[in-house]
Amino acid sequence: MKTKTTKAKKPSGKSRPTAENRIMKGRDIIVRALELAGVEVIFGYPGGTSMEIHQGLTLSKQIRMVLPRHEQGGAFAAGGYSRSTGKVGVCMATSGPGAVNLLTGIIDAKMDSIPLVAITGQVPSTVLGSDAFQETDIVGATFPLVKHSYLVQNINDIPKVIQEAFIIAKTGRPGPVLIDIPKNIQQQETIPDFDIKFDCPSYKPNLQPSSMQIKKAMHAIKEARRPIIYAGGGIIVSGASKELRAFVKKTGIPITTTVMGLGAYPSEGPLSLRMLGMHGAVYANIAINHADLVIALGVRFDDRVTGKLAEFCKDAKIIQVDIDPSEINKNRIVDIPIQGDVKRALTKMNDLAEPNQDIKPWIKQVQGWKKEFPLKYDLNKTHIVPQHVIVELNKYAEQNAIVSVGVGQHQMWAAQFWNFEEPLNWLCSSGLGAMGFGLPAAMGAQVAHPDKQVINIEGDGSFLMNIQELQTLKIEKIPVKNVVLNNAHLGMVAQWEDRFYKSLRGHTFLGDAHFAEIARAFGIKSESISKPEEVAPALKRMLKHKGPYVLDVKYPYNDKSMGHVMPMIPSNHTYLDTFLDEKHTLRQYWEKLGVVPK
Amino acid sequence: MQHTISILVVNRFGVLSRISGLFSGRGFNIESLNVAETNDPEISRMTIVTIGDNAKVEQITKQLNKLVDVIKVIDLTEENFVDRELILVKMNAEPRVREEILRIVEIFRSKVVDVSASTYTIEITGNQSKINGFLDLLRPLGIKEVVRSGRIAVSRGTKSIN
Repeated sequence: MKTKTTKAKKPSGKSRPTAENRIMKGRDIIVRALELAGVEVIFGYPGGTSMEIHQGLTLSKQIRMVLPRHEQGGAFAAGGYSRSTGKVGVCMATSGPGAVNLLTGIIDAKMDSIPLVAITGQVPSTVLGSDAFQETDIVGATFPLVKHSYLVQNINDIPKVIQEAFIIAKTGRPGPVLIDIPKNIQQQETIPDFDIKFDCPSYKPNLQPSSMQIKKAMHAIKEARRPIIYAGGGIIVSGASKELRAFVKKTGIPITTTVMGLGAYPSEGPLSLRMLGMHGAVYANIAINHADLVIALGVRFDDRVTGKLAEFCKDAKIIQVDIDPSEINKNRIVDIPIQGDVKRALTKMNDLAEPNQDIKPWIKQVQGWKKEFPLKYDLNKTHIVPQHVIVELNKYAEQNAIVSVGVGQHQMWAAQFWNFEEPLNWLCSSGLGAMGFGLPAAMGAQVAHPDKQVINIEGDGSFLMNIQELQTLKIEKIPVKNVVLNNAHLGMVAQWEDRFYKSLRGHTFLGDAHFAEIARAFGIKSESISKPEEVAPALKRMLKHKGPYVLDVKYPYNDKSMGHVMPMIPSNHTYLDTFLDEKHTLRQYWEKLGVVPK
Repeated sequence: MQHTISILVVNRFGVLSRISGLFSGRGFNIESLNVAETNDPEISRMTIVTIGDNAKVEQITKQLNKLVDVIKVIDLTEENFVDRELILVKMNAEPRVREEILRIVEIFRSKVVDVSASTYTIEITGNQSKINGFLDLLRPLGIKEVVRSGRIAVSRGTKSIN
């Protein structure tokens, strides 16, 4: 037991503790350490091995506890909190089933590089390994899913472990960190020492990009005739949106973003090519495949972006900036690798950047494609068109509203049609593609931003997966607006069935559900619409309402291209195989016009 | 191509699982794995022999480096290194082969470390080709059991991983 009293040192940034020279219970040490880490809110579901910590948390003046109605909702809410603030999200659960229910949210954070700390109660260390009630080896189960993890084995380690967990979650390439704490350690007592320095010699992420590589990159940019920027989630997590905008302005190079990069650059900007990839804008995919230089910023050449990897930007030179060395040369061999923080890299690049007159013809060509292949949908007089609901909602929503989505067609339509202005306003389970993400993530973001408009655009399948969180919205007074694009189907899978499996329905019909009535059962105001003329007034009513809201938008699943997410590049194909509509590919369209693709 | 990778890790709960899990999770093969404390009891050294082309091994070393408990990763294959393996072989030592076994033991400068009425247990150290040559000669005489330590390796000359 440590009895040393140390004077508090002047901290950098946050206020550091004075040594609290008194005996404290493990649970209270945990709470204090979390407060010192700057935690404002925890999404936690209590149980036998974590209730001790909850008891401690009832006394915290700093930390708000939000009780999700399922641990998965708690983990996603912590993710939504983090995605909308850039801060570390925190979720908590009891051992066994509680801990295991966190997994989907933990993996989601890993895939999208979201800083998250997950705290789990564990059976007492005295019975660990005996298959005790609600015992699960959660540290073992999460080895491949976390950035790092801890099993606390000594009460005196608590302050150090918690401090380290938050630093590791947040720095370098962010990710989830799990802390498993046996119940007996929560109940033991000691005189804690909070005056600790971060000391983890094996963890030293390099942030500083090489100046020589930056010079090489800027030379290549100067020489390029058809350059393009391909920006992703790295821009958002490193807070480099401002630097990116300056870079685009200085160089005049067009920019496309991944689904994770939405908001990094204004969607409607003159040099914006919106999102690229499988359901990205046709012009973005044409442009990147015609570029002679691709400037990849905080992206990972994911298969949903590249399609057939060997053909993706086959002849282009590639500059890649990434904080994670393992992302460089992972999927694609890179010509000019720059390892480091993308914000620092862009700052250096901006010092050297200058406009390049030689790219003018290219810009003209790109603008031509933008005009020729706009993102579009057909309106219909008899039923509601889901893309139109998103466009209308965008029109009436506050300019910097936070938008959350589930996974499926509605997610892609939102990514395609929503106009993003700023970063941190887009909550999307992108890498993992976890259904059930939208509602809890929106809840987490709304807790972080009580005064902002937070809108959850959902599909019916996705909404159902964490619908229990409606009760959390109601009881915790979290005014998330939910728009359920309800076509009674698992639309995205049905779309693939239509395209690749002759429309044979392999368990993709959900059936009708009355989400407005479900919302009412939770005491939440709601409405159900099915006619095109009802869309605008219903959206306005929803946005005007002060509390949480559910708008159930019913429309029939349509097995034609208008009911599909278009455009679409089938998996492992090239941009030339893009389906522009139900029947025609870009290749066919160009053949007819006599256009020879590069 | 075979690569010999040396890894210094913090000697901490779960570190072996993290590393072996990384190999299996990303589809990398482990040919052999050896782990033990270094001169500093808080640090362990692992020697992993894996097979893959250069791009694959580059990815393996980068992924290993990302683990918080990993202090240093070196692909020794890129330089000159000394590698050794220790094996224990239990032979069926029938009277008609006892002489022959001892002759081979002598030629390879190995030694018999345990004897029973019907078995010899032999210890030998060496690099892979020596060990394989030794086992090839013993095999027809009747091997009962083989225990291999897996490869350990260190770079030649003054260079050191620490």
